[in-house]
Amino acid sequence: MTERGRIWLFAVPAVAVGVLLVWSFAGLPSFGHYRGPYGNVINANAIPQRHTTNAVAAVNFDYRGFDTIGEEYILFASVIGVSALLRLQRRERELPQPPDHAPRQRAPETADSVTVICMGLVAPLVLLSLYIVVHGHLTPGGGFQGGVILASAFLMVYLAGRYVTFRQLSPKSLLDAGEGLGAGGFVLVGFAGMLAGAAFLENVLPLGQTGKVFSAGTLPIINLSVGLEVGTGLLLVMWEFLEQALMVRA
Amino acid sequence: MTGVLQAIAMLTVGVFGLAVVLNRNPLPQAVVFAFFGGSLVVLFIVLQAPDVSLSAIVVGAMAYPLMTVLTLAKCRNGSRD
Repeated sequence: MTERGRIWLFAVPAVAVGVLLVWSFAGLPSFGHYRGPYGNVINANAIPQRHTTNAVAAVNFDYRGFDTIGEEYILFASVIGVSALLRLQRRERELPQPPDHAPRQRAPETADSVTVICMGLVAPLVLLSLYIVVHGHLTPGGGFQGGVILASAFLMVYLAGRYVTFRQLSPKSLLDAGEGLGAGGFVLVGFAGMLAGAAFLENVLPLGQTGKVFSAGTLPIINLSVGLEVGTGLLLVMWEFLEQALMVRA
Repeated sequence: MTGVLQAIAMLTVGVFGLAVVLNRNPLPQAVVFAFFGGSLVVLFIVLQAPDVSLSAIVVGAMAYPLMTVLTLAKCRNGSRD
């Protein structure tokens, strides 16, 4: 195809897409003017129906809980995929000496200041993650955010130059169990609704008093299981990467 | 006042997004992406979506740059062996 033909082949569809874009943007509701009925219905009903002050959590884990199960299993499947891809292949073997320990390539020592800062951050991060998970139905946050923060607390141990401690703190079998328990827990909560004679994932537990930690029925339990699943899942991915790819700092 | 804040936040997202695209070197790009993630967090806070901004913090500032850097480390180790 000639240069000229290619330019025409690009220019004509580009103009057409541009016109369609401008046309559709002109038809959008103006910025900040929400027209859908769904959000207003949720805002009006989430607190009286579910005794939760976080309407987002009520949508994610209750009204639309089934969608969230799907999302959680996307993460679950991708963690399994990473583990399968990064497993020790038959032709591979562990190097007797990590490449970074070769005589002329000494791994730089971790600076003391980095170690101190990272080690000092571990406890606050664990506490923050627990807070975010446990208060998921009261304040912004929840299982996903808290789970990632929990994983980052363990990452701090590694960044502090303590790879061996990182591995001891998070043994693989325990991570596997946590991942499975977290992913399965969500579905078990769903079956609990069926056992109680209601629909799958229906909020059958006592709702309690709005604003208390022990309230909103199944929401805190689902948050805990999602937090466990996300936290252990991310740790598993990091574990696989670090084991296969990075130098061992003993 | 809110409108000005929103406009500034959106412009910042646009500028950092452009910076991510224009950066062709993966390692600096991961760092610039973290800044892009940070600007998204500010935008979500300004638009009063704290739940989303928390997710943006953990994904944009931690999970994504970590995965990128680990993958780059893996590639470099592989080429050296």
